[in-house]
Order: sequence, then structure tokens, then C-alpha cells
Amino acid sequence: MNIHNHIQHNDVTYVDSVAWIIPQVILALPFILALILYILATTFSNRRYKSWPLHRTVFWVLGVYFAVFSIAGPLAARAHLDFSAHMLAHLLLGMLAPLFMVLAAPMTLILRTLSVPRARRLTKFLRSWPARMLTNPIIASFLNIGGLWLLYTTDLYSLMHESIVVHLIVHAHVFLAGYLFTVSIVYIDPIPHRRSFLYRAAVLILALAGHSILSKYIYAHPPYGVPLEQAELGGMLMYYGGDAIDIIIIFILCLQWFKATRPRIEASMDQQ
Amino acid sequence: MAIENGNQDNPNNKNRYAYSGRNSWSGALFGIGLAAFIDETIFHQLLRWHHFYDKSTTDIGLISDGLFHAFSWFATIAALFMFADLRRRNALWSTRWVGGMLLGAGGFQLYDGIIQHKLMQIHQIRYVENIFIYDLIWNALAILMITAGILAVRTQNRKQSGKTASHEHS
Repeated sequence: MNIHNHIQHNDVTYVDSVAWIIPQVILALPFILALILYILATTFSNRRYKSWPLHRTVFWVLGVYFAVFSIAGPLAARAHLDFSAHMLAHLLLGMLAPLFMVLAAPMTLILRTLSVPRARRLTKFLRSWPARMLTNPIIASFLNIGGLWLLYTTDLYSLMHESIVVHLIVHAHVFLAGYLFTVSIVYIDPIPHRRSFLYRAAVLILALAGHSILSKYIYAHPPYGVPLEQAELGGMLMYYGGDAIDIIIIFILCLQWFKATRPRIEASMDQQ
Repeated sequence: MAIENGNQDNPNNKNRYAYSGRNSWSGALFGIGLAAFIDETIFHQLLRWHHFYDKSTTDIGLISDGLFHAFSWFATIAALFMFADLRRRNALWSTRWVGGMLLGAGGFQLYDGIIQHKLMQIHQIRYVENIFIYDLIWNALAILMITAGILAVRTQNRKQSGKTASHEHS
């Protein structure tokens, strides 16, 4: 935590440090497992139902790829030293990977793979109050954006580079909160307690605003131990990179509105 | 105006009265988005007159900037989907839509020029000596757009009340 340590970190690169290989493996393993399970589930369920759409599998593979790319390997190693690399990794882990994985509709796949009694038990769990709370757009937004504010405006960011446990918790949280947020705004999988488009649009705008404000705040107030130029680059990357991914979420939400409000009654009246 | 008259002969044009609100809203949201988009691409990225962050920015300025940034992103996309929806319903009312767009763009530009640039000090239009001229042109253009927008929507309102009356007689 002291400054002396920080100088040392810049001299001894983390790539050489064996200790930091372990968290990379721990973080990457669940994703590799998820990839294997997803592909197994498609092959098993294809025997009983019509073929699982290929584009969903492609989305899952892309999601896993971006998640693993951001937490293990060269980018993850650079993220320890360079704040803008860290920010790129976090955009991929907290926004792009969750978006792709949500688009892959994993819950739908699980439900059609499981036996009927087991699938019933799962839907019962999805309707339970903790699951309902976590997929509420407002709570998911607080977990997602609130977590980011906590990370970059407190000592948590420098603590993350000191302690492997904190590193693991922060990265797991960034992904899970990003996933819950995406699931709560864009409905691909079945979800209990659906909210109106206007409600989700309002929450999405507020969450995006929180993200934009934080990125400019980082630009002006670098997190502890981050040089000013890196904070400026990282803040701008967060601002514009976030925009680029958000535009996809906004597009999907609006497209779902467009499909849901198609004029069914009027069309039938015109035909009379 | 030619398209306008053509539309009025359309037997489906009754839909535009039912969706007059959606026409204005779609236009206004698109106007806000368009103004924000021009601000970002031309003044921030191409000319580099605007700064990403100015040390004079007040806290409320930072919040206002973030909210408007997020809102305008959403508004652009939502407005275009609403536009497609209006066309799908044969309810597009182009003058009203353009009027709404001028109101939205002018309103955003005036807010940006007076509140965000001057009161909240988020950044200036350009970092030069005679900034007053830039401010003057910026805000005059905004007021011009608002006036044109109000005129367009009001003319349409008058026409609309006349139209509905004649509609009931026929």
C-alpha cells in the first residue's frame, strides 16, 4: 500500500511473477467450464428439440473469448501496470462479454436441456425473491455502476493490485454485475417480473450517465497510484468505449419495443 | 410542402392525428440527439474546440453533462425507431416531425450554450479571446431553431383543428 511498493511494481513486471498466474487461472476456469457446458447442452438438447440456433452458440463463444482475454494473458498482465490497459480489460469483462453471453440465451438452453422436474425447480428458483431482486434494473444498476464508483474513487483500486483475494473478488463482481445489469435491461432469456420499456429505458439512461460521469471524474481525479496521463487516457477510453457498447444495448432495447408495439389491431381493421 | 399535400390525400392520413404527439416527440428526441452528435463529432473530435474536461467544471456541470450525454445517445436511437413506427402506421407527419426536431435541437443547444457552458463552466465553445462572439452566434442559432420549431408546430396545430372539423362534416 505504500509508495515504495508502487515503485517496485513498476520495476518488477507482473508477467514474471508466478503468484499472479494463479488468479488468472482461477478467473479463467469458470469461463472455460461454461463454454464446455454450453456446447454439451446444445448437443444433448438438439436430440430432443429442434436444432439450437448457431448464432447463439457463436455469441457464447465470443462472450467467453472476451472475458478470458480480459482476465488472463498479455492484456491482463499489462492491466497491472497500465491503467488504460486495465480500463480496456474492464470494458471487455464488464460490458462486452456479458452482452454477448446474454445474447446467447443460456437460461433458455439450460431449461430445455434439464429434465422437466429439474427445470421446474430452476424456474421456481428464478421466481424466488433473491433472484427477482438481483434482476431488478435499479438494483442491478446499483451493483454495476455503484461497484465501479467504489473501485475507482476509494483505495480499493490500489488494494486490488496488492491482494490476490481482492483482485479475484473485484473481477468476479465486475463480470457478474455487468451480466445482471444486461439481463435486467435486455430481455432475451425468460425473466420473472418484466418491467415496461419506459422503466428500463429510464434506468438505462441513468446508469449510462453514472458511467459517463465516473469516466470524466477519473480523468480529473486519477485513482491512487495512477499517473495523470494514464488516467486521462483511461477515462476517455471508458467514456467512448462505454458509448460504443451501450449503443448496442440501446439498439436491442428499442428494437424489442419496435417489435412489441407493431400495430396488430389496426392492421386487421384496415383489412375489413 | 408537396409531400405534405400528397399525404393529406392519403386515406390513411387519419392516423397522423392520432399519433401527432408521437410525431413531435420523435422529432424532438431526434433533434436533441442530432445536436449532441454534432457537438461531439464536429466540436469535440474534428475541430477540437471543445475540451473533454475543463478544470473549471462544477460538480453539477459534470452530472448534467453525463445525464445529457446518456440521454442524447438513447434519444437518437429511440427517435429513429419511433420514426420507423410512424411510417409503419402511415402516421408520419413530416412538418410536425421537423418542427419537433428544430425544437429539440434548439432547446438542447440553448441549454448547452447558456447553462452548461456559462453557468456550469463545463467547457467553452473555443479557447480564444473573443469568446463572446462565439457564444452569441451559438445561442442566436439556438433561438432561431426554437422559433422556427414553434412556428412549424403551431401552424400544424391550426391546420389540424381545421382539418378535424372538416373531417367531421364529411
